[in-house]
Amino acid sequence: MAETASDDGFVVFDRVQKSYDGETLVVKDLNLSVAKGEFLTMLGPSGSGKTTCLMMLAGFETATHGDIRLGGQPINNIPPHKRGIGMVFQNYALFPHMTIAENLAFPLEVRKIGKSDREAKIKRALDMVEMGDFGGRRPAQLSGGQQQRIALARALVFEPELVLMDEPLGALDKQLREKMQFEITHLAHNLGITTVYVTHDQTEALTMSDNVAVFDDGRIQQLAPPDLLYEKPENSFVAQFIGENNTLEGVVTEISGDTCVVRLDDGEELDATPINVSNVGDRTTVSIRPERVEYNKERLQKGAHTLKAEVLEFIYMGDIFRTRLRVAGNDEFIIKTRNAPDVERLKPGQQIEIGWLPQDCRALDA
Amino acid sequence: MALPPYASTGQRVWHYTFRVICGLIFFFLIAPIVVVIPLSFNSQDFFTFTKEMLSFDPAGYSLKHYRDFFGNPDWQDALWNSVKIAPAATLLSVSLGTLAAIGLSQPHVPARRAIMATLISPMIVPLIISAAGMYFFYSRIGLAGTYWGVVLAHAALGIPFVIITVTATLVGFDRSLTRAAANMGADPVTTFFRVQMPLILPGVISGALFAFITSFDEVVVVIFVGSAKQQTLPWQMFTGLREQISPTILAVATILVVISIALLTTVELLRRRSERLRGMSPG
Repeated sequence: MAETASDDGFVVFDRVQKSYDGETLVVKDLNLSVAKGEFLTMLGPSGSGKTTCLMMLAGFETATHGDIRLGGQPINNIPPHKRGIGMVFQNYALFPHMTIAENLAFPLEVRKIGKSDREAKIKRALDMVEMGDFGGRRPAQLSGGQQQRIALARALVFEPELVLMDEPLGALDKQLREKMQFEITHLAHNLGITTVYVTHDQTEALTMSDNVAVFDDGRIQQLAPPDLLYEKPENSFVAQFIGENNTLEGVVTEISGDTCVVRLDDGEELDATPINVSNVGDRTTVSIRPERVEYNKERLQKGAHTLKAEVLEFIYMGDIFRTRLRVAGNDEFIIKTRNAPDVERLKPGQQIEIGWLPQDCRALDA
Repeated sequence: MALPPYASTGQRVWHYTFRVICGLIFFFLIAPIVVVIPLSFNSQDFFTFTKEMLSFDPAGYSLKHYRDFFGNPDWQDALWNSVKIAPAATLLSVSLGTLAAIGLSQPHVPARRAIMATLISPMIVPLIISAAGMYFFYSRIGLAGTYWGVVLAHAALGIPFVIITVTATLVGFDRSLTRAAANMGADPVTTFFRVQMPLILPGVISGALFAFITSFDEVVVVIFVGSAKQQTLPWQMFTGLREQISPTILAVATILVVISIALLTTVELLRRRSERLRGMSPG
């Protein structure tokens, strides 16, 4: 659920709404606070409102309702060119008719920075992204990865305190993308700049961010550091969206403190941690990560409920085994086991019993 | 394109018929222009090839019609009028047409299609109707028979060309470039001149060329809207045809053709050079 925005954030969205057509809200009641120096990622499926939020922050879209504040000042009425925010665009948006050096000089020239100062800054920015020798080239002569670096250098060259990035790595191949994720994170932390990063790639969000805001349906579903987001999702959307996830549906039959018992639709019972269910009798979706499922009884808590399962498929993936099970009528129940000498390799058709620690199994909204 | 070995008889027949049709079209388009050029060197005051010309006798050729063009004050006044009117009309067409194209490419502008259709209408409405309308309208507001009247009328004729060529280049224009410029602190005017204008320049130049040639060639509107003081080259040629029937017209036509070809070639070379410099096309 959205947290209430506090006033001390460097970037603050305060009850922001956005509608393009005056009827449907693309962004519904957004409250978000980003601390100075923080790397925040807005993660969500397409159409979830994350890019709209970034565009409102950059000033290319206006908020229909609510305030956006930057360093304590409301910026709703400040045009984009006076906001002093750096931005890396999805397609890089390098000026094709200018050389790399001229591209980088552009933000400095419009700020009327002197020539010698300008050259020093451009050199520093290019060295920062290891593109020092490319000042005289034109964007069309660079590869995608190189253009990406230049776009980054151009967003940083005028030393903004806030940098926005709109899926900047989307067009790169996997290897380059992973390298750039690492470099961008380091650069952002070393320079101490605040970064708001938009992506639909959850791996990118988890590996790069201090905090991730998961967007869906125009709202923030959860705002948390990557580990909490993965291990303690607060609702079924977040659980499904981040990482791989198994779900089983049922009804809560017992709640005592921080554990509960859920009776699944086929009558079997299991132990879970109640997250956003509060009453006995509530419908619930329980969520469990594939790597937290145990079929070795010795590792389970005494008296824990277990479920019967039938092995449908066993896939050898090198470092892990991926096994597909039928559990309580669900044919897509996945478990992942680390490849170790003492681990049993399951065979299709085999009947096993599975279980888990209650804290790994979360009873969420239905 | 060579015929593939498996072509049927029908395809073979069509293959050659197609070439003949293309040849005929080119002949139809170019022959009248090509014929004018040797005729303009006629030593007689005729519009036909004389016996001497056909037998390539040097006595059959002369530059007298060119001398007449450069020596005759009527022709020189007309040339001067054209040279004064066309660039002014072009400048006006380009400025207004470019702005209109940019404005009309914004998705939020209401009634874009209707506005576009209105602005392009001078190209579609029969010229004589535009000319008559302009004549009545300009007479009312005192523009008829003035230099600025003719310039405005020609600009109105040139604007559609500029709008069409600039709109075409804007289709490929990436809007995130202007956003990037704004984001880096450039105000809208700086963004326009430093980012958008250089990138749509090829379209602007082609539009300017069309607008210039429209004005330079135009005879109907200038006869209606202009007065004797604005007698342009085409007007003078028109009167020449009716009243003097002098081959000087052919000399003028040849000069105009040469100017047009030179203009088109220069602009095309400049455009290619700038594109190469901008790295937008492989060198």
